[in-house]
Amino acid sequence: MTHLLPPEFFTATVPLNAYLILSAILFAIGACGFLFRKNIITIYMCIELMLNAVNLSFVTFSYQFGKVDGQIYSFFVMVVAAAEAAVGLAIILTIFRNRNTLQIDEIDTLKN
Amino acid sequence: MDVILFTFFALVAIVGAVSLVLQKHPISSALSLVSVMVALAVLFLLLGAEFIAAAQLVVYSGAIMVLFVFVIMLLNAGAERESRKGGLAQFLGLPLTAILLVFASMVITQSMANAKAVKFGAFSGGGPREVGWELFTRYLLPFEVTSILILIAIAGAVVLARKEID
Repeated sequence: MTHLLPPEFFTATVPLNAYLILSAILFAIGACGFLFRKNIITIYMCIELMLNAVNLSFVTFSYQFGKVDGQIYSFFVMVVAAAEAAVGLAIILTIFRNRNTLQIDEIDTLKN
Repeated sequence: MDVILFTFFALVAIVGAVSLVLQKHPISSALSLVSVMVALAVLFLLLGAEFIAAAQLVVYSGAIMVLFVFVIMLLNAGAERESRKGGLAQFLGLPLTAILLVFASMVITQSMANAKAVKFGAFSGGGPREVGWELFTRYLLPFEVTSILILIAIAGAVVLARKEID
């Protein structure tokens, strides 16, 4: 396969901006889902998607500056996301037990 | 090779994210999110973050997503019902996120114009040894505070999820 393709093909590099823009796209999709979806579990998963997009930015900047600090931050984001998932899903369980629904537009007692 | 891997897994991530938003059933959304997380783990590997890639697979696509799927199964969550009760977010949501994306891309392309290109293997400071060294020297206090956070989270989850005892 090596002689079929030009050698530049195997040494070509990806610009760093591509990673950052991918991260922005994922964040925007997550924000869209957060705004438009009505199922509380799906909204929660959109938040996880946004956290993941930010993690990608952290790791990309860690590469850019040649330091490991960005990866440490993304590690902390992961830990906090795990804690948040545990507590959030417990809250969802309690809401479902009390209201018997997962639609957020039916859980609007605090509104108005 | 870098270009192929990046393009393929970036596309997997974007398609998975769009599918997460568009799927009507929560379990399909959860499986789409797993594909996004696995694709992101490969991208972390390309950026030289070996430890974070492994942690991404173990913590996110392993632990957190299992928790999500478990809760979806436990609650027997069906497909989401359509409702037009949205309000302001229904009209302003899409334009505002588009503006956010355009501005973020503009800032990225302007301020990171002389960023270096990503080459697999060029940055090797992301192994468990380096990450662990930083974590237990410079970031020791945040690391210890995190353990308190996790303790509180465990207590909170237990208190919230237990059955009421009369």
